[in-house]
Amino acid sequence: MRTLTYLFIGILFGITMFKSEAASWFRIYEMFKFESFHMYGIIGSSLVIGIVIVQSIKRFNIKSFYGERIHFSPKAKSFSRYMFGGIIFGLGWALAGACPGPMFTLVGVGYVPVLIVIISSILGTFLYGLLRDKLPH
Amino acid sequence: MNWIYEPWLWYVSGPMIALIMFLLLMVGKNFGMSANLRTMCTICGADKKADFFKFDWKSQKWNLIVILGAVIGGFIGSHFLTTDMAVAINPKTISDLNELGFNSAGKSYVPNELFETESLLNLKTILILVIGGLLVGFGARYAGGCTSGHAISGLSDLQLPSLIAVIGFFIGGLAMIHFLFPLIF
Repeated sequence: MRTLTYLFIGILFGITMFKSEAASWFRIYEMFKFESFHMYGIIGSSLVIGIVIVQSIKRFNIKSFYGERIHFSPKAKSFSRYMFGGIIFGLGWALAGACPGPMFTLVGVGYVPVLIVIISSILGTFLYGLLRDKLPH
Repeated sequence: MNWIYEPWLWYVSGPMIALIMFLLLMVGKNFGMSANLRTMCTICGADKKADFFKFDWKSQKWNLIVILGAVIGGFIGSHFLTTDMAVAINPKTISDLNELGFNSAGKSYVPNELFETESLLNLKTILILVIGGLLVGFGARYAGGCTSGHAISGLSDLQLPSLIAVIGFFIGGLAMIHFLFPLIF
């Protein structure tokens, strides 16, 4: 049952990524050129609603569908890992035009070369794991 | 119901993303897609090479199911809910892209020059996809999250680290498109 719930949420996510065109390389390029409000509207509106949702859950102690406490894990305090990691991610996001969710959506659309992006991003994650102790965090 | 076949406007798409984050929270999970890349490393045996990958990957099975759903959602969205795949980006953006050699701008969903199966015969295209993927995977894990984990989940939780990461995403993206694209394309 829970498996079906996760699958349903994932399908909803995939349809949204495709239909919103957030999975389009062109929209990412246009966003970084500041030539359309579209992507900013998507991120901004989801964020405003997201803040209301998360703060409400915390304030009113809303429980999950299964009656459990909803847990938010605060991120470890640091500057360098978020800034350097973020810049590296941003370079790749603009070049490949896909982030880790939409790249899977694009496989479903039928774009075979996206598989190269996915395999490389798994390799990139592996490289991070190997080099982690040598990087500033 | 015709609107569903049109591209979804930002004020439909944004609330839908917030709804997805809400649904995941309500089933006790956190919205963060790049975590799957680490799970896939572990499944492939990376835990034998680095401690970072030593964790019980089965605890992340739910997220792999979400990403499987994202694949299916892409299929449904493109095959059953869309009549015209072209993305109507700004005409100025289209002419810029034409100059860079992307003739499919404004005519397709993603550039044919990069994502058509025939483009796999081009070494430069393969290099672009490989380097793009490597940077995304490395950067997402270094930063501890990607667009979903930081820009949506983290910022919704008013986390300062996520704000730093999102600023980094934009510095990287802007540098790539404004400084590196003219050199690459």
